[in-house]
Amino acid sequence: MHTALLAGGILAVLVLASAVGWGLKRWLARGEPHAVIDNLNARVKAWWLMTAVIGLALLAGKGGVIILFAFASFTALREYATLMPTRRADHWVLVLCFFVFIPFQYILIWVEWYGLYSILIPVYAFLAMPVVAAVRGDMRNFMQRAATLQWGLMLAVYCISHVPALLMLDIPGYAGRNAFLLVFLILVVQSSDVLQYVWGKLAGRIKIAPQVSPSKTLEGFAGGVASATLLGASLWWVTPFSFLQAAAVSLMITLAGFLGGLVMSAIKRDLGVKDWGTMIEGHGGMLDRLDSVCFSAPLFFHAVRYGWSQ
Amino acid sequence: MSLAADLFAGVITGFTRLVTGAQARWIGCGPAAVQRIYFANHASHADFALIWASLPPDLRCRTRPVAGADYWDKGRVRRYIIHEVLRGVLIERAGTVRTRDPIEVIVEALELGDSLIVFPEGTRNLSDEPLLPLKSGLYRVACQRPDVELVPVWMQNLGRVLPKGEIIPVPLLCSINFGVPMRLAAGEAKDAFLGRVRQALLELGASVRPQ
Repeated sequence: MHTALLAGGILAVLVLASAVGWGLKRWLARGEPHAVIDNLNARVKAWWLMTAVIGLALLAGKGGVIILFAFASFTALREYATLMPTRRADHWVLVLCFFVFIPFQYILIWVEWYGLYSILIPVYAFLAMPVVAAVRGDMRNFMQRAATLQWGLMLAVYCISHVPALLMLDIPGYAGRNAFLLVFLILVVQSSDVLQYVWGKLAGRIKIAPQVSPSKTLEGFAGGVASATLLGASLWWVTPFSFLQAAAVSLMITLAGFLGGLVMSAIKRDLGVKDWGTMIEGHGGMLDRLDSVCFSAPLFFHAVRYGWSQ
Repeated sequence: MSLAADLFAGVITGFTRLVTGAQARWIGCGPAAVQRIYFANHASHADFALIWASLPPDLRCRTRPVAGADYWDKGRVRRYIIHEVLRGVLIERAGTVRTRDPIEVIVEALELGDSLIVFPEGTRNLSDEPLLPLKSGLYRVACQRPDVELVPVWMQNLGRVLPKGEIIPVPLLCSINFGVPMRLAAGEAKDAFLGRVRQALLELGASVRPQ
């Protein structure tokens, strides 16, 4: 019943978004090319695809979800490492990240070994990576190279892996329903991104971080965070939270998501690129879509784990 | 092309696309069906496959890579790939025993109307420099066929995917960039022309690097 209601709601929003996009293209742009409207329509189309992929993964169960997010981590790390100025001596570090730490991290979720899962990357990987680089004997920009790849592994693998890790949590009276937590997190964080975009386009005036991200406005931020928090609160019935708890948790993850987007924009600005990649039409790369999730997923996971799980 | 070779070609292009995630960016020209020589930087064994995979199918079957006979004529698999699949034009490189002038072989291939892919560095660039000194072959071919368009092609990151001496490739995203077509100017000297060619490649490379 909950599943049908939630799926129906999401579908209704997507249909509405497509209808609005179609209407804008028809009457505002009169069928002519229009940068903003065309981008909006590309985004909506990509949302249909992403919703379908996530839906299929959820239907396939734990394995499907783990594989989907392992793939997301792989793609995100790929985009990250491509843009970073690594040297030949970093080759084995990259091999280790892509082919050892990504599979290992997600296998730990599958076998539900929380203890090792939570320290594999911040302890073992972070110690091993500079060792492998040092053995190769190229000391040029050593600190910078080591830290750059560690931070990439942190964002693309460690942080993103906290989404499927929600399936590991053992919450009294909520057995078998953890997938709703995952949907709740993605829905609230992503709709916060979308609503910030919509509020910013409709009412945005005051730039909130002109140096880092000129498209972010105070109005977009406030409107987006407030409306996404409201949305999250109104979804309390699929979560183990009360209405007020759901609102507080939503506020926390939307704020974290906003800050995540800000940090990722700062990195992109430093590198001199607009997007991380080109994989998702209208959105940019995988990391462009997941930047807010990177920051909100670990906070959400630990809040739920501390407050609600056994 | 036989069915088996066709299938093999599909496997090569598909695999290269998958590993490199490569996008073709037609910056200075479109994928037009005119006779061209694509000249590119050379950092990896996968370079041929990548350029080839980036061309639309109708151009691909009319574009032949120019390759070193000393490498490609060794072993049955390589021979099959270069002759049956890629339809390569094999030349005898400097330092090997030559029975025919490579320029003659290349010009002969152009007479058949096909486009060619060449690597004017002559060998894979395994140094830290962006580009090795260019060989003079491109100039000599251009002297004989000044009508053929010369298109600079810059491949980004392919050398990082599989650096010298490594066995396991890392899946970094690559790009392949096609620049503005150029031609040999009337009366242009060899050094001036090669300098211009080199500059075109380096500028294309610099323009696609995020800065």
